Amino acid sequence: MTRTSFLKRDEAVGLAILALIIFVVFPVMLDDFRLNLFGKYLTYAFVAIGLVLCWGAGGILSLGQGVFFGLGGYCMAMFLKLEASTPEATAIQSTPGIPDFMDWNQITALPVWWQPFDSFALTLAAILVVPAAFAFVIGFAMFRRRVSGVYFAIITQAIAAIVTILIIGQQGYTGGVNGITDLRTLMGWDIRPDGAKTALYFVNGVLLFVCLLVAMAIRKSKFGRVLVAMRDAEDRVRFSGYDVASFKIFIFCVGAMMASVGGAMFTLQVGFMSPTIVGIVPSIEMVIFCAVGGRHSLMGAVYGALLVNWAKTTFSESFPDLWLFGLGALFIAVVMAFPNGLAGLYDDYVKPRLPMRRTAPATQPQPAE
Amino acid sequence: MADKKTFPINPLSRRAILAGGAALGATLFLPKGLRAQDFPTDQVNTTGLAVTDDTVQVGILHSISGTMSISETGSVQAEKLAIEQINAQGGVLGRKIETIQEDGASDWPTFAEKARKLLVNDKVASVMGCWTSASRKAVLPVFEQYNGMLYYPTFYEGLEESPNVIYTGQEATQQIIAGLDWVAREKGAKSFYLLGSDYIWPRTSNKIARKHIEDKLGGKVLGEEYYPLGHTQFNSVINKIRLKKPDVIYAIVVGGSNVAFYKQLKAAGIDMTEEAPLLLTISVTEDEIRGIGGENIEGAYACMKYFQSLENENNREFVAAFKEMWGDDMVIGDVTQAAYLGPWLWKAAVEKAGSFDVDKVREASPGIELASAPEGYVKIHENHHLWSKTRVGHAKADGQYEVVFETGDLVEPDPFPEGYQ
Repeated sequence: MTRTSFLKRDEAVGLAILALIIFVVFPVMLDDFRLNLFGKYLTYAFVAIGLVLCWGAGGILSLGQGVFFGLGGYCMAMFLKLEASTPEATAIQSTPGIPDFMDWNQITALPVWWQPFDSFALTLAAILVVPAAFAFVIGFAMFRRRVSGVYFAIITQAIAAIVTILIIGQQGYTGGVNGITDLRTLMGWDIRPDGAKTALYFVNGVLLFVCLLVAMAIRKSKFGRVLVAMRDAEDRVRFSGYDVASFKIFIFCVGAMMASVGGAMFTLQVGFMSPTIVGIVPSIEMVIFCAVGGRHSLMGAVYGALLVNWAKTTFSESFPDLWLFGLGALFIAVVMAFPNGLAGLYDDYVKPRLPMRRTAPATQPQPAE
Repeated sequence: MADKKTFPINPLSRRAILAGGAALGATLFLPKGLRAQDFPTDQVNTTGLAVTDDTVQVGILHSISGTMSISETGSVQAEKLAIEQINAQGGVLGRKIETIQEDGASDWPTFAEKARKLLVNDKVASVMGCWTSASRKAVLPVFEQYNGMLYYPTFYEGLEESPNVIYTGQEATQQIIAGLDWVAREKGAKSFYLLGSDYIWPRTSNKIARKHIEDKLGGKVLGEEYYPLGHTQFNSVINKIRLKKPDVIYAIVVGGSNVAFYKQLKAAGIDMTEEAPLLLTISVTEDEIRGIGGENIEGAYACMKYFQSLENENNREFVAAFKEMWGDDMVIGDVTQAAYLGPWLWKAAVEKAGSFDVDKVREASPGIELASAPEGYVKIHENHHLWSKTRVGHAKADGQYEVVFETGDLVEPDPFPEGYQ
């Protein structure tokens, strides 16, 4: 992590601090229940990191990241549900061996497109490929036609609504409003006890760091610089001979895959998946995590997801009648007072006072980190 | 209960008599055995629940924000009323109930999170909560994992029988079969048109209804249709209904869709008071009528176990107490009454078991009777559902139902009905 060619010194320190918080401070300070909750919060950090790449770096604001989060979550849930629906466990049904909600909807055989999810390897592949393919289709259709900015945001929001309605409407195949519930084991390993939740928390943390490092690599690559250039002056980049649409499609797919991994980890840690996590409201919330953390900062995104979700839980536990107002006030305060989020606060107030020697001026101007 | 009607007319208001009676009950009838000191905490609570020498903590887990809050607020109010009344009578095993309320926020993962918080962090002795099937499905694994006890108030589709849930509402057959029998017998209905919102409860209910109509009643189902939650355009199905002329429209439309459905039915010239076709619903309680408007649904029939207009002393007391606590303009629907039963059933089970331990409460629960239930008399079945009567109400323009039929006996709950699956 200290390869100077890859990470600047303060970035390495930032990563080390984040690692310390996630792998040491939280597990030591929190009981099992809270640790599991923080694990859930961190699954949203995957989405927020993807959004920093798409929105903060690439200028592509997606209000439909919940769709990709949901795709990953549903892929994982389908695998776990099939594993839980053994003929013995479902003997009471008219058709044993298929998920319970299918039986309630008079479906008598497992649909063909469910069958790959019998295999864990194919499921893992699907978690990466399905959202990427879906993002590619959306991106290809939109960016090739030079749809961007607020129009793109509105279309992604519409897609989030459409996918939610589709999932709810096809309840025989998707579990409908209830979602896919009562997930028990992952390849024979019971995911419900506290010990399993703790283990999943660490798996989640490791995956999050993988995503963070991939995102940093992208940001630092030549590709990342083109991305920022596109955000700031798309036409100039186009006139310079770059194929702007391909760059956008690529980064949108990367963001979708990261969201999907988060969704899969969400299913594992929460124990079910439902359309309420796919729709417009959660998708906008995900953008808020990113905005609170600072949309230019990858690590800020992680802190943003943690802070907002922690505040949500804490407010709602302390003031069940008023918590929504408290949360609203937090968002307004962030947007009014610190438009660059937590990362902006750090850059403006903390960083200048640090004794740490600033690294030599970066060879290229970077947005606030 | 009939003997209570012989109260002489006297200058005191009934409220005063009730209050006096309650006070009297608290001092006279409280058995000596139910003082807290007779039940040492270390004996009644061997599993580390939040029970002290004079308090016990109970969770309330409903949506008080989000789309479901309109429906769930009545349940919260009923549970709080029951808990206040229990406390006024001296609590449970001499311990006052303290409530910890959490907001499920109409969001199923939040329900699961809050359920875990109540059970793991707060160590509540029981939880009154959930409304939609989706929220119950979300918390179920949590309750089974941490061995909690949930009192679930909503009428629902059945197909479930968890050792960690007491279902105080009706499962589907309890709500459906007696109503269909009644409409076939009393109204000579032969043909039915089934429609509902598109999710598990209406679909399962209509599946049971169709089997009963076709196999048991020898009737015909002329159509079966579903619309997404929140759907507001029912003109096409209304046209089909006019074309096919069923004897009965069997409607299981929920939530905001109800308002559009009944208004459009009326606008299309189908006057439900003429009963041609007759409309029978299992999804519209007095709460929903507030949104629909009594004049728009006048003449429809609903099949429930409880109506606010029920004529019995228990219910009169319950309605009066509810309005006193929450305001005169409140209405009380079927689920609100079922939610009111939760704390009382739990108290009865705890006191029968002489312990707050969830395992002992579970063991003590089957056979628990509640003669003071507003709906009349209920009893917990081995399968954790309630024996209760099925009633048919006739909607009036003032938003209330007039009870036109009730089953003579309690109807046995049957969450996995044979021959209906």
